[in-house]
Amino acid sequence: METEAVKALAAGLAIGLGAIGPAVGEGIIASKAMEAIGRNPEVSSKITPLMFVTMAITESTGIYALVITLIILFG
Amino acid sequence: MELNISIAPEIIFYIKSFPVTNSLIWSFFISFALIAITLLIRFSLKIVPGKLQNIAELIIEESFAFVKSVIGTEEKARKVFPLFCTLFVFILAANLFTFIPGQAALTVDNGHGAVSVFRAAMADYGMVFVLTLISVITVQIVAIAIHGPFGYLGKFLNFQSPLKFFLGVMDIIGELAKILSLSFRLFGNIFAGEVLGAVMLFLVPFIAPLPFMFLGLLSAVVQAFVFATLTLVFITLASEIEEDELVEQASI
Repeated sequence: METEAVKALAAGLAIGLGAIGPAVGEGIIASKAMEAIGRNPEVSSKITPLMFVTMAITESTGIYALVITLIILFG
Repeated sequence: MELNISIAPEIIFYIKSFPVTNSLIWSFFISFALIAITLLIRFSLKIVPGKLQNIAELIIEESFAFVKSVIGTEEKARKVFPLFCTLFVFILAANLFTFIPGQAALTVDNGHGAVSVFRAAMADYGMVFVLTLISVITVQIVAIAIHGPFGYLGKFLNFQSPLKFFLGVMDIIGELAKILSLSFRLFGNIFAGEVLGAVMLFLVPFIAPLPFMFLGLLSAVVQAFVFATLTLVFITLASEIEEDELVEQASI
C-alpha cells in the first residue's frame, strides 16, 4: 500500500477505536446523572456542572486518540 | 478555497531570528486586553458598582466560594485563588475571543501565501504546554512545602519493600503523565473544535456549521473550567497531610 493510503487507514482506525471507550463512559455518566436528578430534582444545579467536568475528564482518552489522528493526518 | 490545517502555528514575521507566530500575537493581545480591563475596573471601583464592576465581582466571589469548597479552609483558598482564577479567566478569554466574528478574515501574506493574523491561542501546543508546566510545577512546590524535601522524595523512592518501591516508581510516572494528560486535553479539545469548524465550513458554507459552533462554545467554557479545576484538585491533593504522616509528626 502507498503511504497516503496507510495514513488515511491509520487515522480512521485510531479515531474510530479511540472513540468507543469515551462514548460508553460518557453515556454511563449521563445516565447516572439523569437518574440522580430524577430521584432528587432539587440538586440538579449541583449535579449538572459535576457531570460536565467528569464528562470532560472521561473524554480525554478520546481526545488523545483525536490528537494522534490529527498528527497522522496533518503533522 | 482550499482547506489548510496545520498543527504548528503559522509564522507571520521574524524579529531577528525569533519567529513571531499568529498565536503569539493573539495571546499577547488577550493578555493586554485582560490587563487593560483589570486596570480599568481597579481604578473605577465604586461603592455602588457599575456593570463592569458587577461582572468582575460576580466572577471573583463565585470562583472564590468554589475554591474554598474544594480546598477546605479559607487560608489555603486565599493562597491558591490567584493562580486558579488567572488560569480560568485567561483560558476562557483565549477560547471565547476566537468566536468574535470576522477576526478569521484578517490575513497577511508571509511569503508562502495568505495566513490568518489570529489563531486560537490554546490551539498552539507550546502555549498549552507552558500553562501545564506552570500548574504541575506549582503542585510539586506545594507538595515539597507541605511534606518537606525528604518527605517529598520519600514518596517516590521508598525502599521499605519491593511493592512500595514499585508504587513509588509508578507515582513518578503518574506525575509525568499529569503534564501530558492536562495539556493534551485542553489542546485537543480546542484544536479539534477549530478543525471541525473549518471542515464544516469547507463542506457546507451556510447554517450547517452553526451547531458545531455551539459545541465549540460549550467546550471552550467547560475546558477552561476543567483545566483550572484539575489544577486546583492536584494542589488540594498535594497539600493534604496523610494520617500516618500526622502520627509520625506527633511522635517526633
